[in-house]
Amino acid sequence: MFFYLIRRIAYGIPIALAVGFVCFMLVQIAPGDPINAIVPPDAPGDVVEQVRRDYGLDKPLPVQFGLWLLKVVQGDLGRSLASGRPVWSDLSSAIGNTLMLATCASLLGFILGCLLGGLAGTFRGSWIDRAAVTLAVGGVSVPHYWLGMVMVVIFSVQLNWLPAMGAGPGGSADWAWDWEHIKHLVLPTVTLCVIPMGIVTRTVRGIVAEIMNQEFVTALRGKGLTRGGVFLHVVKNAAPTALAVMGLQLGYLMGGSILVETVFSWPGTGLLLNNAIFQRDLPVLQGTILVLAMFFVILNLLVDLMQTALDPRIKRG
Amino acid sequence: MANSATTPSAAEAELAVQARQAAESSTGYWAGVWKRVRRDPVTIFCASILLLMLLAIVFAPLIAPHDPYQGSMLRRLRAIGTPNYVLGTDELGRDMLTRLLYGGRLSWFMGITPVALAFVIGTVLGVLAGYTGGKTNMAIMRVTDVFYAFPSVLLAVAISGALGAGIMNAILALTLVFIPPIIRVAETVTTGVRNLDFVDAARASGANAFTIVRVHVLGNVLGPIFVYATSLISVSMILASGLSFLGLGTKPPEPEWGLMLNTLRTAIYVQPWVAVLPGACIFITSICFNLVSDGLRQAMDVKG
Repeated sequence: MFFYLIRRIAYGIPIALAVGFVCFMLVQIAPGDPINAIVPPDAPGDVVEQVRRDYGLDKPLPVQFGLWLLKVVQGDLGRSLASGRPVWSDLSSAIGNTLMLATCASLLGFILGCLLGGLAGTFRGSWIDRAAVTLAVGGVSVPHYWLGMVMVVIFSVQLNWLPAMGAGPGGSADWAWDWEHIKHLVLPTVTLCVIPMGIVTRTVRGIVAEIMNQEFVTALRGKGLTRGGVFLHVVKNAAPTALAVMGLQLGYLMGGSILVETVFSWPGTGLLLNNAIFQRDLPVLQGTILVLAMFFVILNLLVDLMQTALDPRIKRG
Repeated sequence: MANSATTPSAAEAELAVQARQAAESSTGYWAGVWKRVRRDPVTIFCASILLLMLLAIVFAPLIAPHDPYQGSMLRRLRAIGTPNYVLGTDELGRDMLTRLLYGGRLSWFMGITPVALAFVIGTVLGVLAGYTGGKTNMAIMRVTDVFYAFPSVLLAVAISGALGAGIMNAILALTLVFIPPIIRVAETVTTGVRNLDFVDAARASGANAFTIVRVHVLGNVLGPIFVYATSLISVSMILASGLSFLGLGTKPPEPEWGLMLNTLRTAIYVQPWVAVLPGACIFITSICFNLVSDGLRQAMDVKG
């Protein structure tokens, strides 16, 4: 296990470097001179040249990448073109909001998915099974940004139960665990949870059905174990895979919540990205994507390690 | 041996019989697939809906009641069921039914093209990696790993966000998103086929690598890769319209479902049910593609 840990981390380093390289290249593939990502378009010519030298943009690409990487490792993601503030200052508050939304959504999706998938797998072929499968297909096929709009139409416009926008009363971005704030969290969470719900349902249904068909379950039943006792054994066998799927879903939601955040004006990384795209603010775009991708890389690593630790059948060394 | 050119030897006759049997069994396979699909009402139903949609958007100029670009400030945001405007009008007074019909053209094009391109490129690279193995495999698969380190939505947004708005940029971004998963599937199935006896036999009989790949490998791996690719169309439709929704794909006044959804967002307090119509179109298309892909997978007996 220890050697596996070391090896897995060592394997993650080149991946992280390559992810950094892809993010670095984002500014390079953007049409126009990358210098435009640093200075405003109306800057005088000699200032542009000065900045070009200061940033090392007159050097060859690999050197530029090295210089950029050195800054990033020190936490310097550059400055926003639109606001002039360091990218990290905007990003740090947005990340918290996105993380909270994604965590709530993947937890809800995980609970619903386990319930539906477990029931469907246990009672295969019944109406419960068919309903769960239909819900799962619907969950992965629905354009979630549209689902968000439908939610707003039903619960905000028609029923006037829940707020349609923002993360708190009066558009405040500071979070607090009171009802006024939680009300803002409900619609985005429910909207975002349908994807992990669909995927977890499918996964759990498959595993449970497979486990129920195995001989050890028949043996347990033959031994006279109660339904609850058998259930415990099924959970023990299904948990590692289900948890791994949920862990990855959390990562996907972190990166994929951009559309839902746009619909609900949720003050997270998605809204930040959306504004950056709108204003062609490349440093913000690059920094946000780099941080989200790094989060995904680390999450992948943790999921892998957790699965190895939880499931004694996986021997990696 | 002089007459071997005219009278086939026993071994050649045996080979001919085998070839004929193989040909018959392969038509038998597709007949079997079709028979299984025919007995699957869900797949048939969804495929019919998709076919109807395809016909409707192809013949949009013939069936659309109005001009998709011609609006009027006098009839903005009419409700569903308004005479002459069955599905209402949008925020600029353009007929919704007409714009949905025309919008389907771009939405379908932008949803399917990336998967088709990724299918071709991903299959070539994946089969190459799987068949050659060794260093080529290493190189291709490690680059694939890097793209796997990005959540797909994020990668699509990142690339098209950097390239800027535009249909071609969105298609390029989505193609790049779908190539890595197709490479992985292609590599896995090719590796599985490569070590089977008939490939060894073909190699021993002196067939060159190109022939082996063309005849023996592709024939066995294209099916599973194709089924996998069809399952991506649903995601691709959602993402393509999603990029337009963010303002990264099509530009106004072009009709496209995602973009229509975006521009109608401000109208949800006035005509909520008109505003959500384009999204319903995306949903129906996406779920139908998903279910047809599931049906195909079962009918073709592809695992995974």
